[in-house]
Amino acid sequence: MTEAVIEAEGLTRRLAGEVMVTLVEDANLTVHQGEFVAITGASGSGKSSLLYLLGLLDRPTSGQLSLHGRQTSSLEEDALAGLRLAEVGFVFQFHFLLPEFSALENVMLPMQRLDRLPRPEIAARAAELLDSLGLAGEAKKLPRQLSGGQSQRVAIARALANDPLLILADEPTGNLDTAASANVQRILMDLARDYGRAVVVVTHDRDFAAAADRVIVMSDGRIRGQ
Amino acid sequence: MIGLASGIALKHLLARRRQSLVSLSGIVLGVAFFLAVSSLMQGSENDFIRRLVDNSPHITIQDEFRNPRLQPVEQLYPPGAIEVRRVKPLTETRGIRGYPQILEGLRTEPFLRASPVLAGQALVSFAGKDIAVSLNGMIPAEVNDVSTIQNYMIAGSVDALTANPDGIILGDALARKLSLALGENVTVTAPTGEVHTFKILGLFHTGRADYDNTQTFADLKRVQALLKRLNRANTIIMKLDDPQRAHAVADEIERRFGYKSVSWQEANEDLMSTLTTRNIIMYTVVSAVLIVAAFGIYNVISTVVLEKQRDIAILKSMGFRARDIRRIFLIQGVLLGLAGSALGLPFGAGLMIVLMQIRLKFPGSSDPVPLPIDWNWPQFAIAAAFAMGAALCAGLLPACKAASVQPVDILRGAQ
Repeated sequence: MTEAVIEAEGLTRRLAGEVMVTLVEDANLTVHQGEFVAITGASGSGKSSLLYLLGLLDRPTSGQLSLHGRQTSSLEEDALAGLRLAEVGFVFQFHFLLPEFSALENVMLPMQRLDRLPRPEIAARAAELLDSLGLAGEAKKLPRQLSGGQSQRVAIARALANDPLLILADEPTGNLDTAASANVQRILMDLARDYGRAVVVVTHDRDFAAAADRVIVMSDGRIRGQ
Repeated sequence: MIGLASGIALKHLLARRRQSLVSLSGIVLGVAFFLAVSSLMQGSENDFIRRLVDNSPHITIQDEFRNPRLQPVEQLYPPGAIEVRRVKPLTETRGIRGYPQILEGLRTEPFLRASPVLAGQALVSFAGKDIAVSLNGMIPAEVNDVSTIQNYMIAGSVDALTANPDGIILGDALARKLSLALGENVTVTAPTGEVHTFKILGLFHTGRADYDNTQTFADLKRVQALLKRLNRANTIIMKLDDPQRAHAVADEIERRFGYKSVSWQEANEDLMSTLTTRNIIMYTVVSAVLIVAAFGIYNVISTVVLEKQRDIAILKSMGFRARDIRRIFLIQGVLLGLAGSALGLPFGAGLMIVLMQIRLKFPGSSDPVPLPIDWNWPQFAIAAAFAMGAALCAGLLPACKAASVQPVDILRGAQ
């Protein structure tokens, strides 16, 4: 059995207010290296909320989450940011590239923030990532000069920049045409199968979910089956 | 991280060129006006103090004591043990006792020049007109060491008193009033009833009406005889190499000789405090220009923060910390402040040059003079520091707001 990248136990997220809203209730989940997991469910079922909890973007109201064997519940915001930087890559439904930066610069950003490599090496690695995703000719283009599929691939390259073990994708094909969607789907699956990343994808696309190693179905904030 | 944050900050500003330029021009104008006005105010203050220092003694020893002299019994017993009332001091001839010895003591100090003066009231009479004046008896050979009166001579000279001890120097206004001219004789009557005729050896014009109307200078010995105060001087005036030391030196002299010793700073305390008040008002007013400009910066950065909520959320999801985000937006303020200073200071220097071309005739001065401008670096440094401070303050609030963005709230809304 490969190493567990995520281990969640009793993860619960509630929003306090006049009426308490439960986004995720008692989620127990383990994702291993090289595993491709799809989370499905109706809108408002808590898929994205669970993904944000797994990616340390949000803190659980209760429950435990360990990332690559490290307990995260007691960590300060800065430490969580450090873990996100080095261990987690996010891909969203919209590419969310920074509009003032070229494709290459967008991919370089996480590496520059991590600051482990000299700038020329960062640029070379970013170019290599873009090349591997078929975007060699688009490196200097601004996001507005790219198609939706190209932008989403740049976003994937950005998520991979610091070589994270965990890739979290929230409806990554939700805004793409069929061909681009298939392309992105293939890339994410390859990341799990060929490169050993743990990939968790939230999707409404049944075909996409069907191709996953495991499908988690959510409803009313609870995991109903996996 | 600073390089990365600066890069992102710069891209944000360049993406909003027009807005950035408008707020930048606010800072440029603010810095320029701040610099021009503050250097003008500082220049006028320096000019005023220079005139004050040049035209008045740096230290004056007067024939009085700051505090009443202690009675021998009070000196013998500690305070509180005894109380002496209704003490009438001995009537003494006014003046500084043993002034030649004091002068001798003072002249051992190489950094000061001192000269005795006997000043008293007198009446100057001519052609049936009597005018009350202040008669200053001085040693002519020393006048130029301790006074700038020679600089204001419009006819004759102070040195002529050395050759002719029966000479007198008057203000031109007084001479005009009495219809007198250089070389003519004038009668001076002392309160003692003594009368002496002096020959006018010089006329001065300082531009200060009261001074030109009431001050007269003559040889010390003649004035002592006229006032019947032989071998007396009631003032010792001094000039120092470094006028700024006057306060400390005056304290030391007073401690040493007992007589009240007044520095130019003490003598003009009210004027100095007026200058301080004037500076506070000036800095408040010119700072207001920069504060208005800072609102422009606040506006730009706030807009960027508002528009960039999604980008901030993405940066945070990538692993940027709250302080990284804060830094990005603070740097925007710093960049605008730096650019504003870099452009505003030369512009301000240009305004200063223009101001220097303006020549005004001030009351008391006979010729139009250029506006005094202070070109020293502190003016530039203060203007730049104010601009940077205003820009940083303007950036701080939006930067903190940006740092507090919760990425999940934004990402949920954006999906």
